[in-house]
Amino acid sequence: MTATAGERRKPKGRATALRAPFHALAQRIGLSGRGLVVAVPYFWLIAFFLLPFIIVAKISLSQMIIGRPPFTDFFVWSDAWLPEIQAYLDNYRWLLQDSLYWVAYLNSVKIALISTLFCLLIGYPMAYAIARAKPTVRTLLLLMVILPFWTSFLLRVYAWMGILRNTGVVNNTLTSLGILDQPIQMMNTDFSVYVGIVYTYLPFMILPLYATLEKLDGALLEAAEDLGAKPWKVFLTVTLPLSLPGIVAGSMLVFIPAVGEYVIPELLGGPDTLMIGRVLWDEFFSNRDWPVASAVTIVLILVLVIPLALFQRHQAKVQEREA
Amino acid sequence: MSQGIKRGLSASVSAAALIFATGAATAQEDTLNVYNWSDYIAADTVPKFEEEFGVSVNYDVYDSNEVLEGTLMAGGTGYDVVVPSGSFFQRQIEAGIYQKLDKSKLDNWDHLDPQILEQVAQYDPGNEYGVPYMWGTTGIGYNVAMVEERLGADADFDTWDLIFDPETAAKLADCGVTLLDAPTEVFNTARQYLGLDPLSTDEDDLQAAVDLIMEIRPHIRYFHSSQYINDLANGEVCVSMGWSGDVFIAADRAEAGERDVEVAYTIPREGATIWFDIMAIPEGAPHPDNAHKWLNYQMRPEVAAENVNYVWYATANQDALPMIDDDIKNDPAIYPSEEVMESLFVDLPQEPRFARVQTRAWTRVKTGQ
Repeated sequence: MTATAGERRKPKGRATALRAPFHALAQRIGLSGRGLVVAVPYFWLIAFFLLPFIIVAKISLSQMIIGRPPFTDFFVWSDAWLPEIQAYLDNYRWLLQDSLYWVAYLNSVKIALISTLFCLLIGYPMAYAIARAKPTVRTLLLLMVILPFWTSFLLRVYAWMGILRNTGVVNNTLTSLGILDQPIQMMNTDFSVYVGIVYTYLPFMILPLYATLEKLDGALLEAAEDLGAKPWKVFLTVTLPLSLPGIVAGSMLVFIPAVGEYVIPELLGGPDTLMIGRVLWDEFFSNRDWPVASAVTIVLILVLVIPLALFQRHQAKVQEREA
Repeated sequence: MSQGIKRGLSASVSAAALIFATGAATAQEDTLNVYNWSDYIAADTVPKFEEEFGVSVNYDVYDSNEVLEGTLMAGGTGYDVVVPSGSFFQRQIEAGIYQKLDKSKLDNWDHLDPQILEQVAQYDPGNEYGVPYMWGTTGIGYNVAMVEERLGADADFDTWDLIFDPETAAKLADCGVTLLDAPTEVFNTARQYLGLDPLSTDEDDLQAAVDLIMEIRPHIRYFHSSQYINDLANGEVCVSMGWSGDVFIAADRAEAGERDVEVAYTIPREGATIWFDIMAIPEGAPHPDNAHKWLNYQMRPEVAAENVNYVWYATANQDALPMIDDDIKNDPAIYPSEEVMESLFVDLPQEPRFARVQTRAWTRVKTGQ
């Protein structure tokens, strides 16, 4: 009995002995493989976010000079072994003193918030309809949401200029129908900026909303209806809370780029449309003040991205707890 | 300061594209990278140059000095020839981003107008760095019918009142009044209009100019340096402070368009800015020999004349004059009379600290803060 048991055990033991180095190797490869997979996004973030951010932060601590590049050096190599660091906080002091920047930041946030709200109001029903459509129609509808991206963004903004201007499609139609005597001034106003932003970013709202609404379990809705809830109540108590991740994702995708938007206010806006992107352009090109332009950027990141990142983390924690 | 239809943005995007393109092209020695204002050369100048010299030209365009300067200051652009305007040129020379011309390779130099060389020497002492290309004025482009309708047929058009007088501007506001997004030129003109020294660096004078513009600001449709060309041409706006050749382009397009629009240009009698665009070779240009060939070619009288006949700006080449169309030669808006010439003032660079104060003031004016 013992012999057989020993014999039986033996091959198993040999196999383990054989597998051990292989396993160790595999484990090592597995580890580095996993490491590689993790390294890609890290590399991406370091190369395309962190490094540029550090460079911009460095420029924001220098002073403007006439030269190429038009700012002072950060490291000054004197005779000593280590370079001296030459940093100035003047640019940040300047931002604090001047109300213009704060007005521009606040106005950008206001325009971005209102635009996000409109994107949500328009995008939600569209995403809902697409998610509820028949699979064949659904593909077509999704394609129609994505299709405008095949045309240059700049061209589409120019098309809006053609639609909104005094001698444009809307005004011409309304005046020729006798509804208007005088064309309405729509171009170069805040209105045209909202139209441009909502139009441009709507797909970024629809797509994540669609993704969450499509995954929504129909059984939950049926259960709610079976329990006597009216469709309106089902929507408010079941659909809406369950689609919250999509709402948050879509709103972020619209809000963040809209705050820093430059092209749309520049092309469609009027002189009163004050947005931080235009202030940045002026600092960089008209004032040739790269240090202040960099400081404006750093502050924009600090006042905007950090609260959003904290909010995201909070959201993630809440979801984890719920799960 | 020229005929920009393209937006600064699209210009800088294509500039970026060119930088990538030239990275591959530098291996070839027979290329030349030119960065010029949009619509600022005759259609066949580049092909003819390519044919004669066996050099392939990468030709790219921008619509504002600010965009050009931003590109140049970043360094390593790969451009061999660029065309900045006067005061920008001076500051860029100071920053050390140009190389001196090798005049032994420029045997057409003597065709240049000595008077213009003298003017340009205010920016580039001794004319060591640049070849004057064209010059023009900053005046008013207007839609004749729309302005007459609002101010009366016998209205006076040759005055800055059209823009800077609040009452007149108010009457014109509904058809669209626009200003250039060019701080020094607008402020210089405003000071001139107020009877002050246009180049004054006094902060009280600046404040007076700011007050003047703030007063008419509610009537300004937008501040922009190229949008007005199209908008004047199709009747979207009716009075624009603009660069002479740009307004002529607008007038030309208006004539070609289906709508009945007549656009005219005036140099207001109170005086206006005269400016010069200058071709120069950046330090570190990959093909300096070809760049000199290009400059020398541009100074041939027949080439200069062809360019003028195409873009409607005045050339710095005096020997080109006989070959220039009479319409252009005799147009006082392009070649002003002695009397008008005397009322024009140049745009000299200001000391950095005042420039800073002035551009701040400009941001305030633009944003209405």
